[in-house]
Amino acid sequence: METQPVTPREPVLIIKDLAVRLPDSAERIHAVNQVSLEVFPKEILCVVGESGSGKSVTAHSVMGLLPENQLKTEAGSISVLGEPIIGASPKRLRQLRGNRMAMIFQEPMTALNPVMPLGRQIEEVLTEHRDMSSHDRKNRVYELMDAVNLPDNKNLFRSYPHEISGGQRQRVMIALALALEPALLIADEPTTALDVTTQQQILNLIKDIQKNRDTGVLFITHDFGVVAEIADRVIVMKDGIIVEQGKTENVLGHPKDDYTAMLIDAVPSLIPKSRPANPGKEIAISTKSLEKIYKTKSLFGRRRTVKAADDISFDIRRGETLGIVGESGSGKSTVARCIARLINPTAGEIRVNNTNIAEISERAYRPLRKHIQIVFQDPYRSLNPRQTVGRAIAEGPMNYGLGRAEASERTRTLLKLVGLDTDAMSRYPHQFSGGQRQRICIARALAMEPDVLVADEPVSALDVSVQAQVLELLKTLQSKLDLAILFITHDLRVAAQVSDNIAVMYHGKIVEHGPTKTIFENPKHEYTKRLFNAAPGKMWDFN
Amino acid sequence: MGIVALFVFLLLHLSPGDPATIIAGDYASPADIARIRAQLGLDQPLHIQFTTWLMQLSRGDLGVSIFSNLPVSQLILQRVEPTLSLALTTLIFAIVVAIPLGILAAWKAGSWVDRTVMAFSVLGFSTPVFVLGYALIYIFALQLGLFPVQGFVSITDGIIPFLHRLVLPSITLSVIFIALFARITRASILEILNEDYIRTAKSKGLGERSILARHALPNAAVPIVTVIGIGFALLIGGVVVTESVYNIPGLGRLTVDAVLRRDYPVIQGIILVFSGLYVLINLIIDLLYVALDPRIRF
Amino acid sequence: MTLKPETYPAILAKLKGLTTWPALLISNSSVAIGGFLLLFVAITALLAPVLFTVEPTSMHPIDRLKGPSSGFWFGTDMYGRDIYSRTVFGCRISLAVGFSVAVLSVSIGLVVGLVAGYFRWLDAIVMRIMDGIMAIPGILLAIAMLALAGASLKTVILAITIPEIPRVVRLVRGIVLGLREEPYVESAISLGTRTPKILIRHILPNIVAPLIVQGTYVCASAMILEAILSFLGAGVPPETPSWGNIMAEGKSYFQIAPWIIFFPGLYLALTVLGVNVLGDGLRDTLDPRLAKQL
Repeated sequence: METQPVTPREPVLIIKDLAVRLPDSAERIHAVNQVSLEVFPKEILCVVGESGSGKSVTAHSVMGLLPENQLKTEAGSISVLGEPIIGASPKRLRQLRGNRMAMIFQEPMTALNPVMPLGRQIEEVLTEHRDMSSHDRKNRVYELMDAVNLPDNKNLFRSYPHEISGGQRQRVMIALALALEPALLIADEPTTALDVTTQQQILNLIKDIQKNRDTGVLFITHDFGVVAEIADRVIVMKDGIIVEQGKTENVLGHPKDDYTAMLIDAVPSLIPKSRPANPGKEIAISTKSLEKIYKTKSLFGRRRTVKAADDISFDIRRGETLGIVGESGSGKSTVARCIARLINPTAGEIRVNNTNIAEISERAYRPLRKHIQIVFQDPYRSLNPRQTVGRAIAEGPMNYGLGRAEASERTRTLLKLVGLDTDAMSRYPHQFSGGQRQRICIARALAMEPDVLVADEPVSALDVSVQAQVLELLKTLQSKLDLAILFITHDLRVAAQVSDNIAVMYHGKIVEHGPTKTIFENPKHEYTKRLFNAAPGKMWDFN
Repeated sequence: MGIVALFVFLLLHLSPGDPATIIAGDYASPADIARIRAQLGLDQPLHIQFTTWLMQLSRGDLGVSIFSNLPVSQLILQRVEPTLSLALTTLIFAIVVAIPLGILAAWKAGSWVDRTVMAFSVLGFSTPVFVLGYALIYIFALQLGLFPVQGFVSITDGIIPFLHRLVLPSITLSVIFIALFARITRASILEILNEDYIRTAKSKGLGERSILARHALPNAAVPIVTVIGIGFALLIGGVVVTESVYNIPGLGRLTVDAVLRRDYPVIQGIILVFSGLYVLINLIIDLLYVALDPRIRF
Repeated sequence: MTLKPETYPAILAKLKGLTTWPALLISNSSVAIGGFLLLFVAITALLAPVLFTVEPTSMHPIDRLKGPSSGFWFGTDMYGRDIYSRTVFGCRISLAVGFSVAVLSVSIGLVVGLVAGYFRWLDAIVMRIMDGIMAIPGILLAIAMLALAGASLKTVILAITIPEIPRVVRLVRGIVLGLREEPYVESAISLGTRTPKILIRHILPNIVAPLIVQGTYVCASAMILEAILSFLGAGVPPETPSWGNIMAEGKSYFQIAPWIIFFPGLYLALTVLGVNVLGDGLRDTLDPRLAKQL
């Protein structure tokens, strides 16, 4: 509280000693406890924290949107413009929603009704709360669409959510939230599901809103880059409790709390580390003009071909990492899946051990499979929930004829190698956290003693502190085992830290390819520049 | 449809039992049987029989009944009205009752209203049509005398007697559909109430009724329509039985009689007609999807 | 919301704790009620030779069409046969048909569905055939097959099984199609695990719970279908005392002797109810994700 800014105005939102109780079966008692905060007009307050920190619960409490049968508000008070939210009648609460406070959500696709035209979804707010003629309402909707920079609003009025892009959907959500000029806007991870370049536009839009109106913004995020980009003040939460708060520069620059310091330290820097060059090492894998074309046929026989990957050529030497960066739909995952032969490339070469594995049959490839292994993004779905960790790791080697005893010996060694206890062998995946599971997945891949490891967004689903540990683990393993790693990521910060070389993908093509340092210091291609420019918090060098 | 035709044909022609022998009767000489067989074209090789049959089909000719010597298409046409009336009244009644019940149950999920609706639904699922039919006849026709026991009156003979006789059969047949439709309505709405856009609707300040009517129901329409389509297949089975219980001279009775008399052309014809209807209904449902959900395209 | 990722492991944890299954099942009242009803019918069927009071096929011309009395608990039919004893023996037919059809259609459907779902080139052909079967109303298909093959317990079971198979195939195929895109299945592929092993170890375990649930529903509908077939005169031979047959015989005497239809009908309804309630309970405990379906 000591850093509270001196403002003549009253805060739009005051939360005092909020405590929300979790169901009895949960691991801790409170989802949030003793949370107090204030949001002032024209201010963006960021609440930042890892998953389970209670930041989302806090946001939902303000809207009165907590699932009552699971989360009970136990103590504390919330008031918006002086009017209490906790204890308000359902009818009054409905009047306040939209009018005084509005919310935008993480996933703009699912947050909009798929079968209702967009214009009507915005209009509905006006119909519910205002007594306006249908003509006025329509004009107001057009006005709002203009305000959030949505083009061609007459057409958009009649469109459905699936017909527009993710960024446009989030603009519609913002227009909807602004319809009644609420004093408080709550944004719950509004850019997490978006690409970096889109994220930048949405963040700018929110900044504009805060500047041009009197709106106070409560912004929930897990991303310190975003915090650096837009926050006036920051609150750091951990396990339902506020551990630190203050002005953005102070918290990011001189964190007082150890946990905050650790979090900030875990954020990868955008400045590539200088890595030892290792020329002369043998090439572990190389591709030449790799291509994957998807053909889709509509019911009336209209054929569409999509070049998901086009003319992809690269080499990776042993002990080296190639980072492929790109936004969603750039084709980076297609390349990963082609390399791991989960899908068959349409044309081109993939050479491993002097064999072109792109051309040989499934049967002929089987003995070669162990050379290339893959780690996926989602640690919750990458392990069979009904298989013990020991069996999962031993499965691969045993497929290739390793005896049970040797396999279990190898499993033990690997578990130790990835930093887990050997008694993990007899346990099931659900007993592990996301980061631990990702370690298990890495161990499972390494059990095959591969030359090449394909890592498809391996840390994207993890919290930043866990992410740092897993990246560290990959680095150690790489130097120990002389692994070639193909690292797919959308996160420039991660790419900067792990890659020796970088390939930037856009619309199925590699638009720029070269040593990490060169590309980060001097991007040549237009798209690369745009991408780098959009990285949140780029002016802030964490570490 | 082609597969259905082939399937029906093979089913009837490859199975044991020779229609000629059955038609000829117990005391026929082998020569008689051979003559009848030639008449029916059954002495031809299988693929020729099949092409002949397909040719006839394409002209809308379903063949001639072995038993009554009348064209199958004529037999079927005579029986369409009662069956269609029963099916339509049942379906309409079921939809009108079940969907509001399902919505109510989902809205008040977990309450006694919900539990009652669901309990009745399971009960409705479990009661065989004919048992229910006889129970209703016993109570409302025999004991209370409110409705006639059995029979059918054409709509051309007056709409009141027509409906009066359809009340009990339709209620009987609709119980299982009410159970089915109410269940799916409740389940779909409950699922949709967990969607993110419902949370958005709440954050707009909409009330529960608006959320149900404007957001939940339109999104639940696709699964509900799907189940109504599935219900149609069940409906045909139910019609056969209900007609039997209430002595209604419809397609169901025609089927049962044809089966008992081994009247193959008639059986073939009825199955084809019902399957054709089924395909048609599915087409209509696909078109409905497009109307109900802008994401679905052809 | 933060609640979402936690529910999935929670469900799995529930599924995983094999030791707590029985406790979990009993704690669900639907399973208890349904199981009790079914147990009652099963015991009746098993002990039918002990429970009957009058030889079920013996005729007592003097006692034709008598109402329920201490001698004939459920009354007699037009030949003076004891309805109670016939109903008790009828349990056997119903259970035999319901159980066999469930086991047969689930196991055939499982194999076909696994194959169709996993091998794309087979999928189109198999599903076309299944759609063809589905397009013929099940009851008509069964009647037609029985008319041709002649009615016996065996053919009745087969005739009911065939129309049920496509539904099981669709269920299994749907789950397999979803699972084969799961990263853990793809991991197994890249670990060089052979297809049969992937199907058995990684895919099959996820199908078991929904399949058990589906099996109970198939069982219930098979029992109803069997009764309908007998009732229409197309089912098991009329001399067999199945519930459908008893009721078919009572059809013409319904106005003067409703008990002939009432008692077997009640048994049938209660049995089917038991199976359905059991199915609902199993669905809720074994596989909460299925609860949204029928």
